[in-house]
This record gives sequence, C-alpha cells and structure tokens, in this order.
Amino acid sequence: MSSVSATPGAVAPTAERTGRRPPTARIYGWELRKLVSQKRTYLGLGLGMLLPLIFVVSQIIRGHPPRHADSIFASEIFQSGLATPVLMLTFLAAVFLPLIAALVAGDIVANEDGNGTLKTILTRSVDRGQVFAAKTLAAITYATVAIFLSAATATAAGVAAWGFHSVRTLSDTVVSAPKALLLVFAANAVFLIPLIAVVCIGVLLSTVTRNSAASIVGTMGVTLILAIVSQIPGLEGLHPYLLTQQYFAWQGLLRTPTDWSPILHSLWVCALYTVPALIAGYLFFLRRDVAGG
Amino acid sequence: MVDDEAPPVRARGLVKRYKEVLAVDHVDLNVNTGDVYGFLGPNGAGKTTTLRMALGLILPTDGTIELFGRDPMREGARALDGVAGFVEAPRFYPYLSARTNLELLAALDGDGAASRIDEVLDVVELSPRAKHKVGGYSHGMRQRLGIAAALLRNPRLMILDEPATGLDPAGMRDMRTLIRRLANDGITVLLSSHQLPEVQDLCDRVAIVDRGRVVYEGALADLRRQGGAGYRLRTTDDARALEIARAQSGVEGVSATEHGVGFQADEQHVAALSLALAAAGIGILTLAPELATLEDLFFRLTDEAHGADGAAHDKGAQRLVEAT
Ligand SMILES: Nc1ncnc2c1ncn2[C@@H]1O[C@H](COP(=O)(O)OP(=O)(O)O)[C@@H](O)[C@H]1O
Ligand SMILES: [Mg+2]
Repeated sequence: MSSVSATPGAVAPTAERTGRRPPTARIYGWELRKLVSQKRTYLGLGLGMLLPLIFVVSQIIRGHPPRHADSIFASEIFQSGLATPVLMLTFLAAVFLPLIAALVAGDIVANEDGNGTLKTILTRSVDRGQVFAAKTLAAITYATVAIFLSAATATAAGVAAWGFHSVRTLSDTVVSAPKALLLVFAANAVFLIPLIAVVCIGVLLSTVTRNSAASIVGTMGVTLILAIVSQIPGLEGLHPYLLTQQYFAWQGLLRTPTDWSPILHSLWVCALYTVPALIAGYLFFLRRDVAGG
Repeated sequence: MVDDEAPPVRARGLVKRYKEVLAVDHVDLNVNTGDVYGFLGPNGAGKTTTLRMALGLILPTDGTIELFGRDPMREGARALDGVAGFVEAPRFYPYLSARTNLELLAALDGDGAASRIDEVLDVVELSPRAKHKVGGYSHGMRQRLGIAAALLRNPRLMILDEPATGLDPAGMRDMRTLIRRLANDGITVLLSSHQLPEVQDLCDRVAIVDRGRVVYEGALADLRRQGGAGYRLRTTDDARALEIARAQSGVEGVSATEHGVGFQADEQHVAALSLALAAAGIGILTLAPELATLEDLFFRLTDEAHGADGAAHDKGAQRLVEAT
C-alpha cells in the first residue's frame, strides 16, 4: 500500500505546501470580525454610550448642578461640556467599564469552547499560541473601543449641551478647552492600563473555566474583592498594590503640574496583574484538552 | 518537509485517562497511505478520544500518536500539515454564513486554501446555500460543510469521526459516495463508525475497539472469515447436505441451524460445495452469505479478550492478526 505515496495524486498537494503558519495578525483580524458579527458585542458598546447620554439629558432636565457634589467636576458640568467625560469616567471606572471589558474577555475563549468551534480552529494550520494572542488582542481592542466610544459620546453630548469651554482642574487651575479635550483623551488612555489587566484576568478565567458566565462573574469578583480589601481598616498598606486603586491613576493628569507618579505606579502595579494572568492563560491554553463540542 | 516514508497515522501504546475512566487503553494503530481505514467500535469505545489525540486536541496520558511521523502535541499545527477532518459533529460560527466560515478557516490554513472555497462548496453541493447563516443549517448540511472545510486543506489524510451519524438514508448514501470519491482521489481516510454496514463497502482495513482497547486490527475480509461471517444453506435435503459440507475440504464450522446449514468458507470452496451438492442430486434453495453483525464480531472478539487471564487481551487480538 505504501507504494501509493509515490503516485502524483498523493504527492501533488505536498508540493504546493509552504509549511508556513498564517500570520497572527490575520487571526486577530478574524477575531475582530467575529466580534463585529455578534449582536452581543454591541450590548456593551451601546450601554457605554447610553449612560453618558442619560446623564446629560437628566442634568438638562434637572436644570442645576448638584449642590453637595463630591467631585469638583459635578459642579463644573454646566460651565463646560468637557467636564462631562471626566465626571463620567469617575462614575464608570469602578464597576461599569471593567464589566464591559469582562463581558467580552470572559467570553472570548469559553464561548468557542461551548460552541465547539475551538476544535474547528485548532485543527487548522495555526498554533495555539497564535490563537491565544489573537484572542487576547481582540479582547483588549474591544475594551479600548468601548471606553473611547463612551468617552467620545460623553464629550459630544456634554459639549452639545454646555459648550466647548475651559475647565477647572483638581488643582483649581484653569485649562483651555483644547487642552482639556486632550486631557480627556489622555485620561481614558491611562485608564486603559488597569483595564487591560482586567481583560487579561478575564481571558485567563475564560480559558480555565470554559464557562462565559463564570468568567465574567469571576472577573468582576476579583475587582469586587480588591475593592472590599481596600475598605478593610488595617490593610491600608496594601492600597498601592490593589488593582482597583489603579482605576483612578488618571486623575494625576488633572493636576497642574501633571502628577505622573500615580500613573507610573499604575503601570508597574498593573503589570503585576497583567503579566502573570497572561502567562498562566497562555500556558493553560497551550496544554488544555479541547474535549468539548 | 513531510517524511513520505512515515505512515499517515501511527499510534503506539496510546492511553487517555479521564479521572476514573480509561477512555483509551494502550491503542496501537497503523493507517497506511491509500487506506480507507475503518475505526469501528460501539458508543463509548474511545474512538472520538483517540481521534482527538490524533488531531492534537487533547493530550495523551501516555503513548504517542503521529501523523506522517509528526506528533501533534509536540509539533503543534505543523503536525497537521496535509491533514484535515473533524471529531464529533463539525462546528461552525452560527452567526456567519457558510462561505464566511470557510473564508475564516481558509485564512487559518494559508497555502491557497481561499482559492478552493467555491470548489469545495460545489463538491458538497452547498453552493446555493453558501450565503446563508450556518445557524439555520440542518444537521446534514453541517456535516457536508464539515467535509468542505476539511477539503479546503487539500489533505492527504482525512480524519472523519462518524460522519454519517444522524443523516437520513439519502444523506448516508451521499456521504459514502463522497468518501469513496476522496479515496479515489488518493486521499487516505480514517473513518470511525459504530456501524459495520457503514464501513464494510468502503474500508479495506479496520481496527475494532472496545472499552478503549483495540481487539482487532487488519483486513476486513480476514475478520469476516474468522469472525464467524459465513454462509447459510437451505437445500431439498438438509441432513445429507450437512454431511457433504462436513466432508468438503475448505468448508469449516459446519453446523445445523434452525434454517438449514451454516458454514464458513471462501468463495472458491463455496463454489466447489455447490457443485458437490448438485452432483449428489441435492437442490439448493438458498445459498447466501451471512455477514456477522458488528455485535457478533464484538462478542466473539471481546469474549476472547476478556475471557482469560489479564494479558490475554493483547494475545487474543494478536492471535487474530497472526492467523491471517
Ligand atoms: N471529556 C471527557 N471527560 C470524561 N470522560 C470522557 C470525556 N470524553 C470521553 N469520555 C469517556 O471516554 C469514553 C470514550 O468516549 P468516546 O471517545 O467519546 O467514545 P466513542 O467516540 O467511541 O463513542 C467514554 O466512556 C466517555 O464517557
Ligand atoms: Mg464518538
């Protein structure tokens, strides 16, 4: 029988094979395409845009700024539309935006495990590491798009309602409107640092638990537990190392002069969460049994 | 590049244990180039688990399985060069069309797979429905799309896990025709099934698994001969026919049954027996090959395997192979 291997029909397919792996960028592109094709993706993005709109409309109806505002931006919002995105980020950073990020990150591996499509893509010409990288990048991309869409909506709605004017900062100085716009952008970019850590924890849980709901709940659970720990008296020494504390590092940008120290601190503290989660998720994904579907 | 000397599939001492379940228990397999190889066993025998290990989806507890000499767990995607197939029901993204699903998979294949999409859709006759979302596909259409997705890879080896399961009779026939066509095109096929009829006209060689162990590996024809596959004879005088059959050389296992005489022989000796009967003035009413069912074969093979002491299993299987 083995002599058949010498026939042209059996050998021809090998001849044209290059043996090269398709680039990870291409897999990443298809991961994005999958996200774009699923209705569920728009739920998180839509909510992220809806909340600022609800906020702005309700403030217009109310007609006056809150009197005992705990954020100085709350009293500022009627002065400049650019205070709105800053205030929204303050509101949404603790729970809502991490939840949006976790919705996709926690689902991105588990969903395919449940549907059985993981076995479909893992029996092609791509290595598991490439699929893991593409999926993680796609989840990060989604989180990025979600926060910037939300911020853009808040900015647009705020400016439409209250105008493009200069804003007072946390240091009680005034910055011009264009600079304030830049700061809004930068604040969201800095917020992305802890959010990437949340995404990586979500992807890790998605890989390990094979269950979307458990991964999403688990990721939020991590955020919640860290938030509770930060409230426990006597554990103040831990504060600088809690992921949840990093959710507000961007506020350093809103001081004059800019306070870079919380931002730099956030960079390495978040790496303490991101890197182990990534490595663990990667190693687990490489070795795990794909026995579902 | 690919070692052309290495066989398409070669498993040695393959074991997979799920906690208390020993799903695959020291399996050896040898699929040669050009084989249409049947992987037969009842539900739960360990077929899918073995094929998952072949495709690198799960890690063996022990032993090795190689495709063209490459271990999928060590070499990753490289071991799947020239290999395609699916285990259990093929799965696709329900929210994408069949064509988009294939475009996605072709992107993960590279090597010009995308240029074959139209062709493979034609082969499985899904072209008219290619724009429809897979979520709305029937089971049979998904099975066909699974074949199309495998063909995209232009494989030298196709691994198909019970591809006809859940298909209606026409669908099963189409699947058989398709597999025969693949074989004619020179593709080696590893086909699992729990039904002997499904593989008996397709496969030349089989492995039979039961409770995770290979109880037989070899030519299907040999198996039939030994496994108790035989002939049923009804004549105008069954008593004398029984004597003549017993006296005839090359005719074995002669027994009186409630419907006449049963025996085993190859075709040449069957012909000789019919002439002998005629010469003796006995009229033949029925002379029909009687294929043992898979269950019969299993009972025979596994009785032998489980009957004696511990190591008897391997010896039993070995004896069957050596006897050929
Ligand atoms: N992921 C799993 N976890 C635990 N047991 C499993 C798993 N997959 C298969 N098994 C068990 O392994 C045995 C073989 O299963 P399988 O390979 O699916 O058999 P077949 O494909 O021949 O029907 C069965 O007893 C099954 O219950
Ligand atoms: Mg099975």
